[in-house]
Amino acid sequence: MNLTLKVWRQKDGASRGALETYAARDISPDASFLEMIDIVNEELIREGKDPIAFDNDCREGICGTCSLVVNGRAHGPQRNHTVCTLHMRHFKDGDVIVVEPWRSRAFPVIKDCVVDRAALDRLTAAGGYISVPTGSAVDANAILVPRDSAEKAMDAAACIGCGACVAACPNASVSLFLAAKISQLALLPQGQPERERRVKAMTALMKAEGFGNCSWERECEATCPKDIKIANISRMNREFLLAALSSAEH
Amino acid sequence: MNGASTKDPIKMNAAIPDGPIQEKWDKHRFDLKLINPANKRKYEILVVGTGLAGASAAAALSELGYKVKVFCIQDSPRRAHSIAAQGGINAAKNYPNDSDSVWRLFYDTVKGGDYRAREANVYRLAQVSNAIIDHCVALGVPFAREYGGTLSNRSFGGAQVSRTFYARGQTGQQLLLGAYSAMMRQVAAGGVEVFARREMVELVVIDGRARGVVCRNLVTGKLESYAGHAVLLCTGGYGNVFYLSTNAINSNASAIWRCHKKGALFANPCYTQIHPTCIPVSGDYQSKLTLMSESLRNDGRIWVPKKKLDGRKPSEIPEGERDYFLERKYPSFGNLVPRDVASRNAKQVADDGRGVGSTGFAVYLDFADSLKRLGVDVIRERYGNLFEMYEHITSEDPYQSPMRIYPAAHYTMGGLWVDYNLMTSIPGLFALGEANFSDHGANRLGASALMQGLADGYFIAPYTLGGYLGTARLDKVDTIHPAFAEVEGAVRERLQKLLSIKGKRTPSEFHRELGKLLWDNCGMGRNEAGLMKCLAAIPQMRERYWKEVMVPGTNEEFNQALERADRVADYLELSELLVRDALHRKESCGGHFREESQTEEGEAKRDDANFSYVGAWEFAGAGRDPVLHKEPLAFEYVKPSQRSYK
Repeated sequence: MNLTLKVWRQKDGASRGALETYAARDISPDASFLEMIDIVNEELIREGKDPIAFDNDCREGICGTCSLVVNGRAHGPQRNHTVCTLHMRHFKDGDVIVVEPWRSRAFPVIKDCVVDRAALDRLTAAGGYISVPTGSAVDANAILVPRDSAEKAMDAAACIGCGACVAACPNASVSLFLAAKISQLALLPQGQPERERRVKAMTALMKAEGFGNCSWERECEATCPKDIKIANISRMNREFLLAALSSAEH
Repeated sequence: MNGASTKDPIKMNAAIPDGPIQEKWDKHRFDLKLINPANKRKYEILVVGTGLAGASAAAALSELGYKVKVFCIQDSPRRAHSIAAQGGINAAKNYPNDSDSVWRLFYDTVKGGDYRAREANVYRLAQVSNAIIDHCVALGVPFAREYGGTLSNRSFGGAQVSRTFYARGQTGQQLLLGAYSAMMRQVAAGGVEVFARREMVELVVIDGRARGVVCRNLVTGKLESYAGHAVLLCTGGYGNVFYLSTNAINSNASAIWRCHKKGALFANPCYTQIHPTCIPVSGDYQSKLTLMSESLRNDGRIWVPKKKLDGRKPSEIPEGERDYFLERKYPSFGNLVPRDVASRNAKQVADDGRGVGSTGFAVYLDFADSLKRLGVDVIRERYGNLFEMYEHITSEDPYQSPMRIYPAAHYTMGGLWVDYNLMTSIPGLFALGEANFSDHGANRLGASALMQGLADGYFIAPYTLGGYLGTARLDKVDTIHPAFAEVEGAVRERLQKLLSIKGKRTPSEFHRELGKLLWDNCGMGRNEAGLMKCLAAIPQMRERYWKEVMVPGTNEEFNQALERADRVADYLELSELLVRDALHRKESCGGHFREESQTEEGEAKRDDANFSYVGAWEFAGAGRDPVLHKEPLAFEYVKPSQRSYK
């Protein structure tokens, strides 16, 4: 199939960007979206031109590196998929496809479609962990975890940290990402001792990093490639409220 | 002979402790020098790579009090390729009461590695395996559980006990996020500093010791120097030398290769693992191959038509005209034979003209019987995400018709030679995880990569590094030392050279060409003629590369084409060593199948009399043949036998 791409090109963070038009020719419907861009890039390189910069790595939907907005949707048209696992058979010959980076104040553009998501690492460092030094753990089966809790924790833990939830949210809220980690650890017995501290520390940093507030647009859930549910945001809010009440008691 | 010559193992002292194998590690830990807690913060440790080995080592070292700097090429340390491991992690817990033990895990790993691993290392790996599970659970890794709240186990590729712990089909992701979270806790505590989007481009060796690294800042292109007391390479394997592999696009061998060129011996490069259950290649545009967890082999049956070039749909082929070749040839292990055996047999039936799918390079993996026996719900619970992934990529529904699978390059058992302390032949340079050669011999068992990465990082390097720091006399070194400027200069020159060629071909075109050559001649089957062909072709390809490659842009910017070009240049060198090693090892073992050395039934035939050693290659300078060193392997506890899975 033959397609027309309109791709966001921006030299670096300080420069202004614009959409530029490229032709993608002879694309197999079995190729992935990123392989389609590879083909365009190979052509550009052969001509000595600057290829389109975009983040990608595992190309199987698990590392969370790829981050393209395709026709206005983070990760493109297919629900519960990253853009690296989107195949060209979901497009039609002659389609015009607009490709842009994540858009959020907290994710500044580095080049073209590459953004800086280090804010997500800083949020994790604020409390997205259980404080257990290596070597001090008890026998694994000494901690019994009800199967349902383990399953729910796993549902939340499936977050790949891609940031599509932020890119999709009109407020650029990072609530779904945060809630996934807070939920996972709140659902497990191992996460109990730091439960209050964690939710307070992580949410406090959210605003400082330039993320907006959640106003239940639910775009994050609709966009999340790993189907993380907004029920986790409810749980995070509950955790936050309990932590606030508990510290008011002291 | 093939340019390879041998000389005395001057630099190779494996430093294996004395005593019975069960006591070696305990004794060694006692013998290792301790560093006073107050002094630990005076040591700067540079950790390159943030997969399971790197992240766990960084966390554990910082917890001990060391100052750690961590470098990764990804935008976040959480994205290292360990994240893509699906199936699980082994440990000798024996929770299912099925007679597992440290001894059995040790035995299985040595045997699975086709008697080409060091016994002492493997025993230690089995010994610390249980502590890994304990720690990961404590970190909040959501492993699969039984209704009573205890951990679930499953049997996994090639094991007859259920010792594999798993978190759906995302075990690597969950273990990595656990290690990443432990590391980020240390970032908050001030013990770890993370440098993301940095590619280590060179090692800095001062007075014969590893004392720093030079990284390219992938955002600005600037070369940055970092000094330290030791360097831990946790940069993974070299599977992407094949171009098409299950590795991530950016996984690369440049860090280990450049350290090799600085003096680190490279051990057993020909031990590469081809994973049997991947989605087959569909076209030239293909950029990577997707692995389907081999846990699928627990319930899926592998078959091809008995008839050559049978064009029928699988549903039209009656039971009697199907060849369940693994079950037929290996009645006791059936579809669960080790990876190398499963892969090779798939290749054999495809080469025999009985492969399926549009290319003929595929076999069926059929769930019809299991669906009948267990029902759709159980199968969906076990493999739902894998089935979805398959359907998504191929647009075929595996609940209705069998999957098509074919082997793909997946993992590399070879890597930098390390001693028992995980230190390479350059003092102060350690290699952990897939980057080293140490534990898997010639073939790695399923669910053992995650175990090894975390064993090295959480429980081995933190002790052995202290032993090194406690005994080495290390002068103060900072980046003002002229060695840093010198190395930076050399790197800059190399990058400028790549940029100045301005030829007509892209780095990927060369990479694809190299990958095909290797896959055809140094992949699942290898013979002298094919290897000689590679040995003639690779230097020519390399020469063309440095004349014809096109790398647009400049060094002083975000330049993904330059990143790639620099890595491909290394593959064009490493591949030659891989081939040379494969050529010199005139026996078959594990993932290395020399067609000249097989049993009458077509199984890999080892030659213990002549090849029971680790082949560790020394870089002898550009344009000169590498020098082979041999570390003899002694098997005191697991007596080598012809592996049999019949």
